[in-house]
Amino acid sequence: MPVRGRALGLALAAPLIFLAFWHLSTAGRSFSLIPPPLEVGRQLWDLAFGGVWDDLYSATLPEHALASVGRVYGGFLLAAALALPLGMLIGRVALVRSLLDPTLQLLRPIPVTAWLPLAMIVFGIGPRSAFFLVFLGAFYPILVNTIFGVRSVDGRLFEAAAMLGVSPSAVFWKVVLPAALPSIFTGLRLGLGFAWVVIVVGEMTGVQTGLGAIIMEARQLSRTEIVISGMVVIGLLGFLSDALVQALGRRLLRWSPQHG
Amino acid sequence: MADGMITSAALNILDITGVTKRFSFNGEPIVALEGANLTVRKGEFVCLIGPSGCGKSTLLRMIAGFETPSEGRLSMWGAPVSVPGPDRGMVFQDYGLFPWLSVARNVGFGPAARGRPRAEVEATTKRFVDMVGLTRFADAYPHQLSGGMKQRVAIARVLANEAEVVLMDEPFGALDAMTRENLQRELLEIWERTRLTVLFVTHAIEEAILLADRIVVMSPGPGRIVADERVSLPRPRDPTDPEFNALRRRFSALLGSHH
Ligand SMILES: Nc1ncnc2c1ncn2[C@@H]1O[C@H](COP(=O)(O)OP(=O)(O)O)[C@@H](O)[C@H]1O
Ligand SMILES: [Mg+2]
Repeated sequence: MPVRGRALGLALAAPLIFLAFWHLSTAGRSFSLIPPPLEVGRQLWDLAFGGVWDDLYSATLPEHALASVGRVYGGFLLAAALALPLGMLIGRVALVRSLLDPTLQLLRPIPVTAWLPLAMIVFGIGPRSAFFLVFLGAFYPILVNTIFGVRSVDGRLFEAAAMLGVSPSAVFWKVVLPAALPSIFTGLRLGLGFAWVVIVVGEMTGVQTGLGAIIMEARQLSRTEIVISGMVVIGLLGFLSDALVQALGRRLLRWSPQHG
Repeated sequence: MADGMITSAALNILDITGVTKRFSFNGEPIVALEGANLTVRKGEFVCLIGPSGCGKSTLLRMIAGFETPSEGRLSMWGAPVSVPGPDRGMVFQDYGLFPWLSVARNVGFGPAARGRPRAEVEATTKRFVDMVGLTRFADAYPHQLSGGMKQRVAIARVLANEAEVVLMDEPFGALDAMTRENLQRELLEIWERTRLTVLFVTHAIEEAILLADRIVVMSPGPGRIVADERVSLPRPRDPTDPEFNALRRRFSALLGSHH
């Protein structure tokens, strides 16, 4: 399709120009802090499949990527499993709201990264701290958007449901949940994005595996190509993960003018 | 009636006796409606007219069960009205459609929510989607429809739910003139076929004369019923007809004299 081809061409223009600029300003220099893109490409290949350097890092990418993906989705799913029901309760039940909302609002301004030292004290240095940070990072966006979603249902829809014979006990499933879905979905998407941000910080604290771990380790060894390769992979995985969620949203929220 | 005798009271689907509704607004009491009396017979098409703030919506919302009267009694077939129910369908000016459901699912929402068998829900849905002329749009979502189409869905939705009384609160007020005329005509056709009881709120005198068997005139401050007159012009009615014009003058005067 010519239109899609054009969009793709435009979308690729900026990265290509950037690559060219990167190449021209680094290739062939005897001394450069940043390795040229081709070298990073070669390193990335070796990280993924081996066969170039055959060193300690060759073909280790799948293991590290899998570790990070596991923590991201594990922490994210745990956050969703807690934040969704909690958000619905806070949004719908005044007593629960009065009980929990002030505390949660008070805890919310503490940046996730500020929890890191405490997490390391409690969970020790290792993957459990990273997992906890991911959980925390994903938790608040999901919670806040779920509360917002179930609280901002158009009152008219409750009247419409009531006059059509929906029993009060069925209102939640028939009206509140579907009406709140776009907000809930926004929360899940933000939460997952945040999980990818936080995982790297979490893995920089003495974890053995994970993308955050190798880029930190490679920095100490001055293997800048590996650092950049790791960044590229994190970017790609985050992008794919978001694209997946968005595709799901387009299917589920076809009815919504903002998503469909 | 045990002996099979039909009294005139037995034909009254709605009985409204001495109904007053007070709201408090910033601590000040507001009398939205005072001492309203109204009986509606089954199959009647009643229009409520009056300037804004005279309690038309309040009255309709009490019949629907969304509000409870401060004083007086409201009953349907002799039983007090307390909560909303499928026997009284409401058509809102702002439609109130479920945006996540297709046209067909919106129309079938009531029967499905009340646990009707699937085949029945589908047959009912199809019948009423066809009745309001939206067959081609059965799978569309509300945000893809024009205002007139949305209001057709809202009407089909209460018809499909077997509402006995259809409460319409300025349903065509937000539509352009052409769409409004079409919907008025279609509503009359549906009403003539189904013989539903309709309570239709409007502030347009012409719309009321075009549609109603009976016009109830209200005035504000506090909201009251000030006149209740039959319209016996044969249908279809022609707004350019001299008799139509005479009625228009008559109801203008009734409205004007109470300002
Ligand atoms: N929920 C409410 N709270 C306070 N005042 C209200 C409420 N609903 C209606 N009113 C007041 O009652 C009066 C009648 O309103 P309404 O029935 O909406 O009139 P209409 O539909 O004829 O324009 C108005 O003065 C309005 O401000
Ligand atoms: Mg009104």
